[in-house]
Amino acid sequence: MRIDRGQIILLAALVVFGIASTFGGSMNPYYYDILIGIGINVILAVSLNLVNGYTGQFSLGHAGFMAVGAYSSAWITIAFGYVLGTSFFATRTSFVLSLVLGGLAAALAGLAVGIPSLRLRGDYLAIVTLGFNEIIKGVIQNAEPLGAQRGLGGIPLYSNIFWTFAVAAITIYVIVSLVNSTYGRGFLAVRDDEIAAEAMGINTTKYKVLAFTLGAFFAGIAGGLYAHFKQFIHPEGFGFLRSVDIVVMVILGGMGSTVGVCVAAVLLTILPELLRYVSDIPGLPAWMGQIADNRMILYSLLLIILMITRPQGLFGTARLGRKK
Amino acid sequence: MSALLDVDKVTVRFGGLKAVSEVSIQIHEGELVGLIGPNGAGKTTVFNLITGVYRPTEGSISFAGRSVVGHRAYKVTARGIARTFQNIRLFDSLSVFDNVRCACNMHLSHGIAHALLRGPGFVREEEGIDKTVMELLGIFGLAEHRETACRHLSYGDQRRLEIVRALATRPKLLLLDEPAAGMNPTEKVELMNLIRFTQEKFRCAVLLVEHDMKVVMGICQRIHVLDHGKKIAEGTPEEIRANPAVIAAYLGKEADHA
Repeated sequence: MRIDRGQIILLAALVVFGIASTFGGSMNPYYYDILIGIGINVILAVSLNLVNGYTGQFSLGHAGFMAVGAYSSAWITIAFGYVLGTSFFATRTSFVLSLVLGGLAAALAGLAVGIPSLRLRGDYLAIVTLGFNEIIKGVIQNAEPLGAQRGLGGIPLYSNIFWTFAVAAITIYVIVSLVNSTYGRGFLAVRDDEIAAEAMGINTTKYKVLAFTLGAFFAGIAGGLYAHFKQFIHPEGFGFLRSVDIVVMVILGGMGSTVGVCVAAVLLTILPELLRYVSDIPGLPAWMGQIADNRMILYSLLLIILMITRPQGLFGTARLGRKK
Repeated sequence: MSALLDVDKVTVRFGGLKAVSEVSIQIHEGELVGLIGPNGAGKTTVFNLITGVYRPTEGSISFAGRSVVGHRAYKVTARGIARTFQNIRLFDSLSVFDNVRCACNMHLSHGIAHALLRGPGFVREEEGIDKTVMELLGIFGLAEHRETACRHLSYGDQRRLEIVRALATRPKLLLLDEPAAGMNPTEKVELMNLIRFTQEKFRCAVLLVEHDMKVVMGICQRIHVLDHGKKIAEGTPEEIRANPAVIAAYLGKEADHA
């Protein structure tokens, strides 16, 4: 059977990550933490890019789907831990299962939010998804079985370099091959002109809901990876600011450019860590250190500068700034 | 022979306004029909009624023997009615090739799973689409622009690309909404040849909404004339040219000036 070039790259990437993972134990824990963070952010940003970038629907609630995935999968592994025991095989099986089920739970949430709200466009959709994000957070804060305001702890440590980057590679593969197929060109058609897309026989509602559901699915898996890495999750970690983080990655990278979004996810994961050192630089005025300590101020500045100088994002060739 | 498209006494009201009132239009297979009328006569509204953008208040519209009333636009297209737009609506960020490829979406037998697994069936279908699209682009002289972003095409090429894109949905009826708008006389002649060629080559019926009398009279086999939402005349170009009601609608009645 003929094997696709993308599939070969995917397989190669999985092998590389498998090997790399064996060195994970000897890494500086601080760097290790950043590395896993990069992987998770890549998954989140690339999956949000399908919705915001390729399909042109402005979703502002990605962290909400991440929360659904994180809590569902954490619950599943904790529950399975009692049933299946702690053999290597049993734990990995329950981990993979929990990731997939967590993703499906998030996808279901995506479907539930998507169907009624995708009649809305632009700002209105952004507000609805933002509201959804806050509702999820509110539900978790009040749900006793999920640890409510105390957070949920005791989650086993299963995520490592292999799992995180394998999922990231699969996410990229899925979205890139989907978007490049004739079927997937429908997403871009919906973004460019809904009326024309509809007139060309494209069911725009189906595409929008599909983008939303698929994006939520991967966000859910990212949530599962996050939960099984941090071993403790708290509703505050899935709030509005987290969603904005992801949106910024997509906009900075260029809406609809997977490479750009990956680069932006890496940069924006490392940047706040680098900024920690700014206040240590001797002779620097105190206010600069304070700005550096508060990454949200810096993010906003960065975004404003970027939107003025390069509205299409670092790598974007499409969308924003078109129609001259 | 029953008509391919049968618009039967269709009325549509927007609030208190009757935009179109009891209009009937029949189009037979392979026919080239014109729809003309002064500004605000309701031509585009009729268009939007046929393509499912508006729903008629009264009357029925059937295509190939089945009603299309209440269908969403993409379903109407799936039934075999394709259209172009008065103000060009191409997929701006996509290449010429991808613009046409999007229109092949409807006939795909593969879905999302095939796009991910990329099995032999998927590859064969994608290659088939590639070939069909290139053939279409070749016929209309756009093959060399394959990878050009469509917004960089000339105005005439954009119009042509819209027709190509509509043809990629394999329509039985092609609706053209003022394709000659903004064209100079030479381009208009080219357009007329193009429409005639399309109709013969793809054996599809064409409904042409157009302002330009020369274009309509030059190529249409039958013409319907609308004025103030009502159909005032129907016939061959010669009959229309001699019809007093049409002349009155376009030039005003003599009595009005007296």
